[in-house]
Amino acid sequence: MRQAGRERQLAALREQIGGLAPEAAGRPVLSFGVDPIDTHLPGGGLRLGAVHEVLAAGPVDGEGALAALFVAAILARLPGPVLWCLTRRDLFAPGLAAVGLHPDRVLYAETRRETEVLPTMEEGLRHRGLAAVVGEVARLGLTPSRRLQLAAEGSGGLALVIRRWGAAVPEPNAAATRWGVTAAPSPALPVPGLSRARWTVALVRARGAEPRTWLLEAPDAKGRLRLPPELADRPLAAPARRAAAG
Amino acid sequence: MVAAGQDGPRRVLTAVDRAARAAGLRPGLALAQAQAMVPGLAVIAADPEEDAAALTRLAAWCLIYAPLVAPDPPDGIWIDVAGAAHLQGGEAALLATLRRRLARAGYRVRVALADTPGAAWAAARCLHPETVLPPAGQRPHLLDLPLWALRLAPDTVSGLAQLGLTRVAHLVDQPRGPLRLRFGEEPGRRLDQALGYAPEPLAYLAPPAEHAVRLAFPEPIGAPETLARVAGRLCAMLAEALARHGLGARRLDLVFRRVDGLDQAVSVGTARPSRDPAHLARLLTERLPQIDPGHGLDEARLSAPRVERLGARQLAAPGEEPDPDAMAELVDRLVLRLGPGRVFRRSPVESEWPERAVRRVAPLSPATGVTWPADLPRPGRLLPVPEPVAVLAALPDAPPTAFTWRGTRRRVARADGPERIFGEWWLAEDEVAATRDYYRVEDETGARYWLFRDCLTREGARWWLHGLGEA
Repeated sequence: MRQAGRERQLAALREQIGGLAPEAAGRPVLSFGVDPIDTHLPGGGLRLGAVHEVLAAGPVDGEGALAALFVAAILARLPGPVLWCLTRRDLFAPGLAAVGLHPDRVLYAETRRETEVLPTMEEGLRHRGLAAVVGEVARLGLTPSRRLQLAAEGSGGLALVIRRWGAAVPEPNAAATRWGVTAAPSPALPVPGLSRARWTVALVRARGAEPRTWLLEAPDAKGRLRLPPELADRPLAAPARRAAAG
Repeated sequence: MVAAGQDGPRRVLTAVDRAARAAGLRPGLALAQAQAMVPGLAVIAADPEEDAAALTRLAAWCLIYAPLVAPDPPDGIWIDVAGAAHLQGGEAALLATLRRRLARAGYRVRVALADTPGAAWAAARCLHPETVLPPAGQRPHLLDLPLWALRLAPDTVSGLAQLGLTRVAHLVDQPRGPLRLRFGEEPGRRLDQALGYAPEPLAYLAPPAEHAVRLAFPEPIGAPETLARVAGRLCAMLAEALARHGLGARRLDLVFRRVDGLDQAVSVGTARPSRDPAHLARLLTERLPQIDPGHGLDEARLSAPRVERLGARQLAAPGEEPDPDAMAELVDRLVLRLGPGRVFRRSPVESEWPERAVRRVAPLSPATGVTWPADLPRPGRLLPVPEPVAVLAALPDAPPTAFTWRGTRRRVARADGPERIFGEWWLAEDEVAATRDYYRVEDETGARYWLFRDCLTREGARWWLHGLGEA
């Protein structure tokens, strides 16, 4: 009884706080098409017109390959041209096309210095013709992230920041969500070869949602992530565990 | 062949061509003496007015490179490339293009670029025929030059030579007072102008009045916000003029007249013809910080030296295909910010070699709909240069069981391959025998790598890591 009252109170408070942050209210979202993630995220997906951060951390993804593919898969499910701002020349367009990001849709802006990436992203976000703007940087501080957030709010574009090189240090910033993608062992096949790759997708931080980790199958040729079949058959397992922990 | 003109009672040579110079003739020589030296000399009458007109015509042609151009009789042209060199890919590239195009038109020219008109004058005549002096670094280059390089009158040069002063370095060290008493203001002023201590107003050509608008100000202006507002108003006026003719601008020159005569200019280019005042004003505003207002600017002139036909069009309705003009505006702004060649799209090339499978295409090139073959798995990142790895392979033609990359050993849990790629001998001769066997491997943590073994070397195959991450 007391528990239920507290839940109600919390819900009311959440609503009040949601009202204080105007960018959160009634924005369109891009759903992942994966039920557990979409129900967990406020609004049911990645909010458009906001900044989202993808960490490329650790020894496994130090070069940000999985982060780039994760971002490309998100863009594949979003119609319209996108701008990709980078300084390094190691992004491999055929790999991005393999998760559904068609080369005709991507405009690249290569900056001389990494410090130019965020201003270039802002320039792109101010432009209303773009569906999304991606940038690869080492750091995303509070002030630049707020500027990106304001520009994204104005145009309704999606801002995705890939944090490369020393991204292990989390910084406080205005990103609406922060993600981390790491590799997970894929199931063995009965014959030599490789099955679809698996990723551990972690929601490290999000406004209005708790951190959470999902084991997923890597995106297919249309950019769709999927729950591994053996987990998808047990939809009630996760909530049950959560209730037990609470 | 020589040209001869009247100098007082004598007829003297005013200009000589290369053959005449080789025969020992020099401008200033008496015509009678020259004819005695070279029998059968072809002489034409000098026409200084026509020379000056031809120089002005040539200077007007140079307006395609920069908005501020001034003829410098008898034989020079000044081009103020500040704010315009980026359109040609930099200062050195601008000089090379300029010289090449003039050479094709039959002009033998020497070009130089420096911080001040005086230094450029000297460098063009005394240094390498295509010189770019570093910003704020012209002093050491000038010190060694003879005094005439400072544009001093011949009498002054010979007078100074009598005092033992023959090089610019000698003049720099001289106290100014005695010099001024003997030779007047000229040597000191020319020295200061060359070194940038004194301003030098030039008489710039007014560009052809077609597609140009101007605003004069009752009071000199200088505040950055005012300049931006002026740019906006001029763009609106110009856009109206262009709309009447059904044209769009590909280049814009904005020239401010400064009260002390040192004109300031900026230029911007666009990827597609445009007459959207807001877009053009935004491009110009990005460049306005380059304008040095000094004590104030009293006139602004905006012209469109390059225009293209641009018909009337409808605004795109929301939800329609993205407006190509909207993309062009974004490309213009990005190119202005990052420089040419840094904004591009990537397009497939039919090549098996991963390095060659991608090429850069212009940002606004039409969409082809072509992509890479979907049945070949490819990594998300391709290392610009494959990195060697030490491998442990159980069998010669099998994927490795473990490999060491960047000092970390990784055990291979699963692998797929090989995908054999043959050298493209029609592109490079040494690739006749080159093959690569690509393997996709997954280590114990699930991380995926793209390794290849080359079969080129005699001492055995070497292994390389080429790509990271894979969906």
